[in-house]
Amino acid sequence: MFELAGIEKRHGAALAVAVASWRAESGEAWLLAGPSGSGKSTVLHLIAGLTPPTAGRIVVANRDLASLAPGERDRWRGRTVGLVPQRLHLIGAVSVADNLRLAQRLAGLERDDARVVALLEAVQVADLMHRRPGELSQGQAQRVAIARAVVNRPAVLLADEPTASLDDEHAAAALELLRAQALEAGATLVVASHDARVRPLLPHAFVLPAHAAAPRPA
Amino acid sequence: MTLAGLAFAYARRRPLSTVLVVALAALGVAIATLTLVVSAALERRLASDARGIDLVVGAKGSPLQLVLAGVYHVDVPPGNIPHASLAWLRARPGVAGAWPLALGDSVRGFRIVGTEPALAELYGASLAAGAMFDAPMQAVIGDDVARMTGWAPGAAFAGTHGLAEGGGEHGENAYTVVGVLAPTGRVVDRLVLTPVESVWDVHEHHAGAGRAASPAPPDAQATRRSSADGVHDGHDRDENAGDDADRELTMILVRYASPLAAASLPREINESSALVAASPAFETARLFTVFGVGLDLLRVFAAVLVGAAALLLFVALAQALEERRYDLAILRALGARPRDLVFVLLAESLALAAGGAVLGIVLGHAAVASIGAWLPAAAPLAGAAWRPGAGEAVVVALALAGGILAACWPAWRASRLDVAATLAEG
Repeated sequence: MFELAGIEKRHGAALAVAVASWRAESGEAWLLAGPSGSGKSTVLHLIAGLTPPTAGRIVVANRDLASLAPGERDRWRGRTVGLVPQRLHLIGAVSVADNLRLAQRLAGLERDDARVVALLEAVQVADLMHRRPGELSQGQAQRVAIARAVVNRPAVLLADEPTASLDDEHAAAALELLRAQALEAGATLVVASHDARVRPLLPHAFVLPAHAAAPRPA
Repeated sequence: MTLAGLAFAYARRRPLSTVLVVALAALGVAIATLTLVVSAALERRLASDARGIDLVVGAKGSPLQLVLAGVYHVDVPPGNIPHASLAWLRARPGVAGAWPLALGDSVRGFRIVGTEPALAELYGASLAAGAMFDAPMQAVIGDDVARMTGWAPGAAFAGTHGLAEGGGEHGENAYTVVGVLAPTGRVVDRLVLTPVESVWDVHEHHAGAGRAASPAPPDAQATRRSSADGVHDGHDRDENAGDDADRELTMILVRYASPLAAASLPREINESSALVAASPAFETARLFTVFGVGLDLLRVFAAVLVGAAALLLFVALAQALEERRYDLAILRALGARPRDLVFVLLAESLALAAGGAVLGIVLGHAAVASIGAWLPAAAPLAGAAWRPGAGEAVVVALALAGGILAACWPAWRASRLDVAATLAEG
């Protein structure tokens, strides 16, 4: 679960995004909607503790992010938050399996090869585990990125525009995979997207206005 | 997958710049290693060859030339001195030992030294085969001479004029090898020892009669200048058949009876005779000042190469930092702390610097071994290879310091990365 209360993020004097209140429970799947430039990615980064809010309070998995020291927040993020960035961006210098092992290592967790293999099997890329990310197709890379995001069984799984470059069939498959993996991990899923195809596939939605004013629940 | 593993993976991903950095660092470290090993081996060799010899006494001329010719056997002697100088020196209270040297001929590039059996003892040499010479035209050869010529007791040879190969042969006077010395690692390994009388006999026969008798030392008229071309360096003229007192020597090696003699004996020799006394220790130090300039230049060149490698490493890391900004942001999103990113960049830089340093040490020692094996005159170098010393440890430390320095700024930039902004850039 997570809860945002009275959140504002400013860049200088300019308001980037504001969220008066938003609470999501464990196991729920949310769409974070809004037009381009509405601050969807910023909200994901706020929940992940990648950037601090200018004002307001963020609680994720019962931890107030303001209470975490910077170094502690990094490790906490590795264990608690899974992030599927828009460009996926797997680490190209290492293999598919090592991308997942790296996520375990950076979160300060023990290496768990069984978990890595099981996940890659679950997302149907186990046969590619020794390949470099550059050898994968876009769809394969996306599945690996999802597996990397859930390898540490996060409390919150955040995906930024996961269907942006996919056709209908692959978009539906990607969302289904995200939901299944979030469910398996018991995580709260938030999918930031302005893709109209996503809305019917997720039961909850939170919509940001275009002008970064006060948000309105859908 | 560890952070060090990630650093290696990044280095492998840029093979060209990785190879360039490692090669440049290796070249610099190899040259530094070469200069260190060569200078240490030279110092060891020079000190070893001069051990036990406090003074070289010879004809007026350059003291350094005296030492080079008499102690290291690499230069022509400045001239001759009367044989009577030997007795005069032995009578000095500060002299514990004096060994005559009569130079001028060689065989297959090895110098024939007319002397006394005690010279072998001065170098701590013992007989490996045969016996010590006890009559003219008998020769005892050093270990290098025996190995290079294949001679054993019973072999015969004729000397050639001059101290280098190619002189005219004294074919009418044959030496007989009567003994072979055990290896000492000192200059005596490369010498052919024979009684002083052998040298006199060879050149008496060669020059014929009619020479003027040499006056007794320390008469200023006593010394004879050697020929400028170094052939028959100062022993084949003015030598008459007759008493030893009328004969000549090339120089005399002297050992002090006590350290006090160092203060008085050279002055006494230089002021009261036509002879020159040269201190091997002093002249060797002077020689090293000259060598040192060349070695220092090589060291500066090596430092420039290592510096260039560090600069190249810096450029490569700075460029890599720009290319990997999104990677670094993702690593932070996955839980990496700023210090983890610093570690990855430092480890990558250090791995390349260490690779260059280790390769450089290996190349440097391989070069030392090769030079020692290919050049007979540099044979002592071969034994100096593959024995890393404190100097190499300093070179490696400097190379690693260069690696750390090169990574400092990129690592600092990485630690200050704005993760959210970088991810938002996409």
